[in-house]
Amino acid sequence: MLDYIWLIPVFPVAGAAIQFLFGRRLSKSAVNVVSVGLPGVSFLWAVGCFFQFLGLPEAYHHVFLRPLYTWLPAGAFHLSNGMLGNLNVGVGMQLDPLSCVMMLVVTGVGFLIHVYSTGYMAHEGGYYRFFGYLNLFMFSMLVLVLADNYLMMFVGWEGVGLCSYLLIGFYFQRKAASDAGKKAFVVNRIGDAGFLLAVMLMTVTFGSLDFQRITDLARDPHFHVSDGVIFAICILLFVGATGKSAQIPLYVWLPDAMEGPTPVSALIHAATMVTAGVYMVARSNALYALSPRALAWVAAIGASTAIWAALIGLVQNDIKRVLAYSTVSQLGYMFLACGVGAFGAGVFHLMTHAFFKALLFLCSGSVIHALAGEQDMRNMGALKSKIPVTYMTMLIAALAISGIPPLAGFFSKDEILWDAFAGPYGHPLLWGVGWITAGLTAFYMFRLIFMTFWGKSRVPHDVEHHIHESPKSMLTPLVTLAVLSLIGGFIGWPKSLGGGEWFGKFLDPVFEGNPVVSVQEFGRNLEYALMILSVLTALVGIAIAFRMYVQRPGLGDRVAAASPALYHVFLNKCYIDEIYDALFVNRVKNLGSILAAIDLGVVDGGVNLVGWATRMSAEISRLWDTWVIDGLVNVMAFIVKLLSYPAKIVQTGVVQNYAWFITLGVLLFMVYFFSPIHRLLAIFAR
Amino acid sequence: MAFFHDHILSILLVIPLVGMVPLFFISGENKQAVRWWGNIVLFLDFLASLPLVFWFSSESPNQQFKFIELHQWIPSIGAQYHLGIDGISFLMIMLTTVLGFIAVLSSWNAIHDRVKEYYAMFLLLQVGMLGVFMSLDVFLFYVFWEVMLVPMYFIIGVWGGPRKLYAAIKFFLYTLAGSVLMLLGILTLYLNYTLPNGGHTFDLIELMKHTDSWPLEMQIWVFAAFAIGFAIKVPMFPFHTWLPDAHVEAPTAGSVILAGVLLKMGTYGFLRFSLPLLPQASTNPKVVKVMVYLSLIAIIYGALVSLMQKDMKKLIAYSSVSHLGFCTLGIFALNPHGLQGSVIQQINHGISTGALFLIVGLIYERRHTREIKELGGLSNVMPVYAALFMIVMLSSIGLPLLNGFIGEFTILQGAYEASWHWAAVAVVGIVLGAAYMLWLYQRTMFGPCENPKNQILKDLNFREVMTLVPLVLWAFWIGLYPKPFFNVLDKPVTAIVEQLNPNFFKAPQTKKEAPGIPGGAQAGLRATSKAGGAGR
Repeated sequence: MLDYIWLIPVFPVAGAAIQFLFGRRLSKSAVNVVSVGLPGVSFLWAVGCFFQFLGLPEAYHHVFLRPLYTWLPAGAFHLSNGMLGNLNVGVGMQLDPLSCVMMLVVTGVGFLIHVYSTGYMAHEGGYYRFFGYLNLFMFSMLVLVLADNYLMMFVGWEGVGLCSYLLIGFYFQRKAASDAGKKAFVVNRIGDAGFLLAVMLMTVTFGSLDFQRITDLARDPHFHVSDGVIFAICILLFVGATGKSAQIPLYVWLPDAMEGPTPVSALIHAATMVTAGVYMVARSNALYALSPRALAWVAAIGASTAIWAALIGLVQNDIKRVLAYSTVSQLGYMFLACGVGAFGAGVFHLMTHAFFKALLFLCSGSVIHALAGEQDMRNMGALKSKIPVTYMTMLIAALAISGIPPLAGFFSKDEILWDAFAGPYGHPLLWGVGWITAGLTAFYMFRLIFMTFWGKSRVPHDVEHHIHESPKSMLTPLVTLAVLSLIGGFIGWPKSLGGGEWFGKFLDPVFEGNPVVSVQEFGRNLEYALMILSVLTALVGIAIAFRMYVQRPGLGDRVAAASPALYHVFLNKCYIDEIYDALFVNRVKNLGSILAAIDLGVVDGGVNLVGWATRMSAEISRLWDTWVIDGLVNVMAFIVKLLSYPAKIVQTGVVQNYAWFITLGVLLFMVYFFSPIHRLLAIFAR
Repeated sequence: MAFFHDHILSILLVIPLVGMVPLFFISGENKQAVRWWGNIVLFLDFLASLPLVFWFSSESPNQQFKFIELHQWIPSIGAQYHLGIDGISFLMIMLTTVLGFIAVLSSWNAIHDRVKEYYAMFLLLQVGMLGVFMSLDVFLFYVFWEVMLVPMYFIIGVWGGPRKLYAAIKFFLYTLAGSVLMLLGILTLYLNYTLPNGGHTFDLIELMKHTDSWPLEMQIWVFAAFAIGFAIKVPMFPFHTWLPDAHVEAPTAGSVILAGVLLKMGTYGFLRFSLPLLPQASTNPKVVKVMVYLSLIAIIYGALVSLMQKDMKKLIAYSSVSHLGFCTLGIFALNPHGLQGSVIQQINHGISTGALFLIVGLIYERRHTREIKELGGLSNVMPVYAALFMIVMLSSIGLPLLNGFIGEFTILQGAYEASWHWAAVAVVGIVLGAAYMLWLYQRTMFGPCENPKNQILKDLNFREVMTLVPLVLWAFWIGLYPKPFFNVLDKPVTAIVEQLNPNFFKAPQTKKEAPGIPGGAQAGLRATSKAGGAGR
């Protein structure tokens, strides 16, 4: 199976091709068989590959490479050290513990969401189109995580961006949806520009784009590369990550992305695509390990995003937007982990987050489904008895994300917080930010739970008696993910609690050679203390939410009324979209308009001016020619004409006159010849 | 077959030329017959060019130029009928024969007046374009260059839109002004090289051997003369303003050829003449700076201007300015990546922008407007059209696994190797490229279809789909497996770089990566030795 690992992305892309070419003619069940079946096969294949990978002999050093073909043989170039290199980018697969985790998460969670979608999208138009896009997404995401070099990773990277664009704008008749899709693509492109520059810089620095080659060179003490270059590579890569993984300052597209169908939000904007940035930073850990400066940036941006998005999430009323900001915030956690050098913890949280956040989104989809499209939590309430399975699973997910032991989120979040404090590049301040965010997270999650499922029903009457639990196709994935959210954390059971940290050990070969936390330095007791603190803050968050939304339902509004300005700023997402529009989007459009005017007026005007000048000079020449050159000719003619007038008088055409003139002439001649005048003249002539 | 093989270039030239003759005997009233004949001739020309694909790589591997045909033409001045192709011109010829046929195929329902003359002009145009890419004699090149001008002038001027005369004359005079300067440059070179027998020659290969003896100052003057001629054709900023007018007024097929092939003649000119004939001038830092800055301006400026256009064709015309900016940037990166990327991007631009103009033409035939605000929600009524437009748009904005990415990335990589600032600026063009194309797509295809005139639009018929499918397939081919294209370009690009910088390939080599990686699908399980640090 491992030899045919490339089939894992090929199965879903085949599904996509079938949908795009023949989907319109296929029945709904045929679409299901193709587009849910093929990702399912892909998942089974991935599991098979995983076990085969585990069974590989030690000689393979935890990396399995499967080159396929030469893709971009761009040829000779000069490295920055003056050497002659040969850029030869291949298409190939790399399986190591890190990509194993990603591959299983993507195919596993992805498959569940495909199943869910058959129920959720059952009554939507463009059914085949939806599954075609979804399959194409699976392909791109698998290319991203299985690639063996940065350029191929970029292929998947842009591919998931495209699918995100297509799926956000799935309801393309709604302007908000197509706007959101476009925004997602363009904002991601800004990040991608950074990624591309990083790729180019890596090419001239390392002479290769293969992960293994770059990792080996970066860890090779004999290979010298300046701090500035490594810092630049890391920061440029991170710019790409901020776009794809929705970090400050490029997170603005993710909340809008909720315009897409809910399964899309679960798959792309929670579980898989948005974690690509974390995966990429973890994949580049050897580079980041060389640049603590870059790591500090990653940690700072991650921590700021975590708390910032959590603050905005506190006051949102749209159920999916709360989850969207929560995702941004949780991604911030993952970057915080990477930034303090705890890449394993970041990837661990990536995985558990994929479980419970996908679950949260799918549950919210189930709620929306039950309420016939309602997304505003102010119009919900008291749903827990009406849709019990959704309620229970969503409660599990909320407990998991809040970090209540022993659910999955507890282990991963706690590991991050501990590393933020004690990690090789940790700092108490980073821990503090993470700790407060944990409390905020618990608060807004339980605000969501209480507003949606508890209290009095605020559902309009016409909707109320239609409320129904979702079909089995939707509930099965919910339950599966709930189980994973319950127990998924145990694979990372920390040693301090008597576990084996199996997850971390499995990933270790990827991160070997990087500095790690030394427990001796801080001691176990501190670890326990922080652990208790982080559970406490979560409990406090839940308690406050309980008081505000269950015990005293009006309290939330009163708190909001106490500081209306602050409330509105956060309710309106701090006006970041408006600020970006004013600062960048409209400025670019203005610049475009101005340049278009200049192009027409000045650049083309210049051309037309030359044309006009040529025509004018022609006109002047014509005038000169008519009046001066030809004028002179005419003047000459006029003079001749003038002179001819006397002659004209005698030219009468009457023969008698001519005879008369002849006679006169003869007479004159005779007078001259015979008169003395002739002789007088002769004397003078002498 | 041997005759066919030896004279394939002449045959490619002669087919459309001879194809014009029967047109004179078909009655102009019989429009269907004229259309069939025009399509058949250019399809034959395309078929005749196909063997090149198979012959090219096996043909005399050591020669720079292949399929050479050499005959005296005007011995008194040393002008010859000298044809031959290398990898660059080979790709250009294939682009021309494919696009030439597709352009003619797309005009089936679009042209109703003077049909016979229309097809005759396209056949003549084909001769001119192919000739330009085949000539190894500078004089012959100049003749073809001017020949191509005339039919295009008529195509715009007779079958064009409301301001067709303005656009046609502007196109003609602007290009002519450039080519006259180019002629001066050609004559300067001609007169400054004396053959052993005391004569002069226009032979490109002969002239290329002699470049060392030309003083830098003269080279720079000649470079400037060439550059203006080529820059107008490309068009580079600020010589680009004829392009939007010509595109807006030209009929669809005219736009396809104009964008797809004619613009490439400018970049081809730089590659074939400026760089190899004037290496000292081309590598002069000041010259490079000017050319690169103009390219960078074109990339950003073209993208920004196209962002705010209201007419679809104008938008695409300005996007061409931006894309061609990438091509010229690649050329003046003066390294193998830049040059290869540039040629591949030229092909890509022919495919993507050619297809985009077809897309616009298809909607123009139905709605008789190109105003973006007149359209909207078309994907509701024309799903096939929307899908094809989507693919073409993605190829144009350089999405990986489609053609545009391969070219753009290679160019950017080349530019980065020359100076990272250039790449950093050019990368902005990629972001803007996504912005204006996605916005165009959103405004025309998405949203509700409210305009009653749009609600009754018919989706594409088979012929219309077939005009786009070859281009889409080609786009995927380059995106997924560009290796054959790089292989074809390797040799000519190496030759150019060696001419420009003989020391380029003499730098010490990096340690070879482990053999066979990535060398095709032969590898299965493989152990990697991490301890040794050699890795893959």
